[in-house]
Amino acid sequence: MSTEMRDTSAAPGGYDRRDFLRVTSLAGGGLLIGTWLDFTIPGSLGTGAGEFMPNAFIKIAADGKITIMAKNPEIGQGIRTMLPMIIAEELDVPWESITIEQAMSDPAKYGSQVAGGSTATPTNWDPLRRAGAAGRQLMTEAAAQTWNVPAAELTTGGGAVHHHAKRRKLSYGELTAKAATLSPPDLATVKLKDPKDYKIIGKPIPGVDNLRIVTGKPLFGMDVTVPGMLYATFEKSPVFAAKVASANIDEVKALPGVKQAFVVEGGTDLPGLLAGVAIVADSWWAARSARKRLRVTWADHPTAQQGSAQFAARAKELLAGAPQTVVRTDGDLAAAFANAAAVVEANYEYPFLAHAPLEPMNCTANFANGKMEIWAPTQNPQSGRVLVARTLGIAEADIAIHIVRSGGGFGRRLNNDYMVEAAWIARQAGAPVKLVWTREDDIQHDFYRPAGYHKLKGAVDRAGKLSAWENHFVTFGEGERTAQAAGIGVTEFPVAYIPNFSFGVSKMPLGVPTGFLRAPTSNAIAFVYQSFIDELAHAAKRDPVQFRLDLLAQLNPSAPIPERAAPPMNAERMRGVLQLVAEKSGWGKRTLPKGSGMGVGMHYSHRGYFAEVVEVTVSQAGEVKVVKVWAAGDVGSQIINPSGAMQQVQGSVLDGLAEALKQEITIENGRTVQSNFDDFELLRITEAPPVEVHYRITEFPPTGMGEPALPPVIPALTNAIFAATGKRVRSLPLTRHDLRWS
Amino acid sequence: MKVTFTVNGTPRTVDVPADMPLLWVLRDTLDLKGTKYGCGVALCGACTVHVNGSATRSCQVPASTLQGRRVTTIEGLAAEANHPLQRAWQELDVPQCGYCQAGQIMQAADLLARNPKPTDADIDAEMYGNLCRCTTYLRIRDGIHRAAAIAANDAQEG
Repeated sequence: MSTEMRDTSAAPGGYDRRDFLRVTSLAGGGLLIGTWLDFTIPGSLGTGAGEFMPNAFIKIAADGKITIMAKNPEIGQGIRTMLPMIIAEELDVPWESITIEQAMSDPAKYGSQVAGGSTATPTNWDPLRRAGAAGRQLMTEAAAQTWNVPAAELTTGGGAVHHHAKRRKLSYGELTAKAATLSPPDLATVKLKDPKDYKIIGKPIPGVDNLRIVTGKPLFGMDVTVPGMLYATFEKSPVFAAKVASANIDEVKALPGVKQAFVVEGGTDLPGLLAGVAIVADSWWAARSARKRLRVTWADHPTAQQGSAQFAARAKELLAGAPQTVVRTDGDLAAAFANAAAVVEANYEYPFLAHAPLEPMNCTANFANGKMEIWAPTQNPQSGRVLVARTLGIAEADIAIHIVRSGGGFGRRLNNDYMVEAAWIARQAGAPVKLVWTREDDIQHDFYRPAGYHKLKGAVDRAGKLSAWENHFVTFGEGERTAQAAGIGVTEFPVAYIPNFSFGVSKMPLGVPTGFLRAPTSNAIAFVYQSFIDELAHAAKRDPVQFRLDLLAQLNPSAPIPERAAPPMNAERMRGVLQLVAEKSGWGKRTLPKGSGMGVGMHYSHRGYFAEVVEVTVSQAGEVKVVKVWAAGDVGSQIINPSGAMQQVQGSVLDGLAEALKQEITIENGRTVQSNFDDFELLRITEAPPVEVHYRITEFPPTGMGEPALPPVIPALTNAIFAATGKRVRSLPLTRHDLRWS
Repeated sequence: MKVTFTVNGTPRTVDVPADMPLLWVLRDTLDLKGTKYGCGVALCGACTVHVNGSATRSCQVPASTLQGRRVTTIEGLAAEANHPLQRAWQELDVPQCGYCQAGQIMQAADLLARNPKPTDADIDAEMYGNLCRCTTYLRIRDGIHRAAAIAANDAQEG
């Protein structure tokens, strides 16, 4: 039985009954409901289980106004809408009646406040429902006591408790005074709604900030204004982490509008504060204009010889030899290859990628009276606090962080380099400072999705089944250390599904910052593994969908899986979405002309199951057009906000297509070649095909939607290109390939 | 230099460097934050406003050229935030992060003013230069069609 299976029966045991709920009277009347909840995923390991934190505040004012705190950073994933929906449903208040307030960064109050890993749904689904339900129960009990009737005679709705027998009602606001005197309900046994009674969950709810977005109200980090604020730009070395040897600071200081210019010494830790020159001016345009006159000589740096071409050459050398580390070996590969009906060998590779959220990195900071106040569009405010505290020598308690809406994240804002820069510059400037990066700064100083290189050898046996799999993976790192987001999980499919299996790793050093890009590691692995599985299906002369269905039936339940690992894939759920997407796409039902083809890919990541089919046409001139994408997903028992979910699935699919079609970051002489949207292109409206989305509703707890739909579309596209042209794409992006045919 | 131009129907005089782009005049001098900086070189369309009625990349319009011009930003697109595009965008829940959407709407408003019933191909041609990193393009397309329908309905009722 998998960990996912156990999730369904996970009782809310372990709640500390004394600390479930804190009800506090508000000055001027009203009520504050603070629950103490365990925001860990049931059945997960090593996520701080047992920590109880006060969070999920619901404020009910005496005038009936209900405020729900949105605890997590909003980066476009819709979390400011979805998490409050869960509370409002169980509290049983009309969605239109509530006010949503963004919480400050405060882990002691709110627990984890991270936009990352598609974790918000699985970690909040149960606790937030219980928080809302406890509020509803409290209100019902208050009404029961007021009227001196059994609570069982009462119902809720419209933000009020109703007593239908006597045709009377009391609003939640009217009940706050009484409710504040009651002992709080037991969260472990509080009654949750039957999903068939949901009025908010499962309904398409538009984003709570939409009105402000379409009317241009200040909303994003970029829009923050603080009285007396100055504007900063910061120039860093194009070779990552090189120091400033010299700079024409005095000349820059004399330029119009410039208030200050100074060298920041910086450190060597890539995710930290790096060396550079800060220019602080009375407008950002003045700072930016002055920077065009800035001349910096950078110190020599040991990584200045690194480049994408050198990495590829070194990877080729490493792949020609044995892996530096053999991570795992199952069965007898030599025998399996000797007895195979067909053996396929292929090398795959993928490039570095930038995140390029449309809002460039920015942050506003003010240091006064020993305290730092920060307004940050960040995905991980707490890690920023730690970084600022360490770098500037300020106590964490003296740093206040406002979580500001981000104009896209995609993993870029899990790092807080721009936050520590703003804090440093503001302290030195002695004034509130808004640091704004240029687009060029953003593209050239990202934490890139690391490139990777694979040598694969696989076999199919005489029954047409995948019998052997050997993968040598060349990635970045040194010794025990692997560059961020450059590893492959030990449970990654097809581990345990192929009897004769080996996985080995070799590493090479890297001076380029790397980090998590939407569906990290999966966005690369799915391309490689699902393409190679496709190659093996063709070698076996089997239908690619049926070949995968058979592979999914090959799980060896006794294959060792390390204890500390993400929940392993549930094969039945993957089979379910694969069959669903095959059915919906008419897989195998149509005969397409040469130049047209359909391809399939599937991938399990972030607890979500997605299988996708791409239909493509490739012109004889080699131009690729994606005609349509079908996506089938299993994210459990409930699509909480179908509108937001559709956005995430379609967005992930199109994001994956952009990566496959044309995105690549190249390193030359230790620096990033690309600098703006002319050489690092985003998908355009003309390249966005219809994306048809289907869900398989299962009994498992709901999981996140921000990432798992991305990985499978990439191999589905390259497999479709093979079907259309007979050309096997083994490296990305497609712009590297000549796909002409005749 | 001092220039006087009209912003959302109101004459404004600003004293700014001659080469300061309209984008930054709007954002930092006039405190109209709806117009967004995305690339600075007319590659993304996030800064799109109307200059004398035409969709224009405000990052490429120096202050020195603004004298006497009429500028409309997202804040001034409609008196009560009720432009058919603003209504359609909310109805269809178009935004994800939302950062590009002011530019998308301003570009689409120019399209609808010239072509009240655009086809998919018209929309693709017009919106080609407006990038959305969240790839909300499918809903942008639907949103423009929906706005066209709302406008047609309004005209009928009016």
